[in-house]
Amino acid sequence: MDIGLGHYLSVAAVLFATGMAGIFLNRKNVIIILMSIELMLLSVNINFVAFSQFLGDLTGQVFAFMILTVAAAEAAVGLAILVAYFRNRGDISVDTANLMKN
Amino acid sequence: MTFAAFMFWVFAITVVASGVMTISARNPVHSVMFLILAFFGAAGLFILMGAEYLAMLLLVVYIGAVAVLFLFVVMMLDVDFVEMRQGFLRYVPIGGALATVIVVELVLIVAAWTLPDDDAIARAHPVPTAAETGADPSAPNNIEALGLVLYTDYVHYFQIAGVILLVAMIGAIVLTFRTREGVRKQDPAEQVARDRATAVEMKNIRTGQGI
Repeated sequence: MDIGLGHYLSVAAVLFATGMAGIFLNRKNVIIILMSIELMLLSVNINFVAFSQFLGDLTGQVFAFMILTVAAAEAAVGLAILVAYFRNRGDISVDTANLMKN
Repeated sequence: MTFAAFMFWVFAITVVASGVMTISARNPVHSVMFLILAFFGAAGLFILMGAEYLAMLLLVVYIGAVAVLFLFVVMMLDVDFVEMRQGFLRYVPIGGALATVIVVELVLIVAAWTLPDDDAIARAHPVPTAAETGADPSAPNNIEALGLVLYTDYVHYFQIAGVILLVAMIGAIVLTFRTREGVRKQDPAEQVARDRATAVEMKNIRTGQGI
């Protein structure tokens, strides 16, 4: 069977759903939630590159490059916030993160 | 089945399986390891699609920087991760249902998708095909073609990407920066502000007597 655009898009779809399920399943663990977001961004990147290749236009790869940049920045800032939060509170539970409101 | 098709299935199964393990592993360190494996699989898929530069970038940026950052934070934070998994099973139904809905929707869209006629596609920056680059050694390969596009038409986006990284770097430093009391360290401003009057004291010492 020839591997076409649909195959790559399906892999990306499954990966995206995995990342989304990860956010729901690991409600307490912010680190896993950040990793799930990375998985979702990766699946979007796969989509961009697949369309770029099968439509024969390089623009998709440029956009994947931008997503890569933003994902790296997001991971750095997210983990920095996590470290600062842990230093202040002693845990990283999301459930009690809204105590800041009170 | 051709070799490329075989490798596609290998990488696709790797990506999906390690993605599932990332979100379900008990130990967060294992999660990070599976995340790295997922990135490896995705890099393989990128190479199969002919995007070699992005595949290498994935290895360097994601595995070399982001995943190691995750690993560092996971190992640095002293958190009870067993306690964190409470409620994991409680959310399996809703998480699984939502994931299934998303997969079904996206696959339905993919199944209904057909590529337009080749002539009908308006290409801003055509990808150099294997036939072109194979026949002509001077034809741009993937990284050259990408560079020709990135530094010309998308140069502003490229600059903005650099600014985003700069802001993220400064932000991360500011967020984790803390000043501790009682630490001896150099203060350049204070050193520079010294002048002769405060730094040197003249003593008139008589011969034969100490201070």
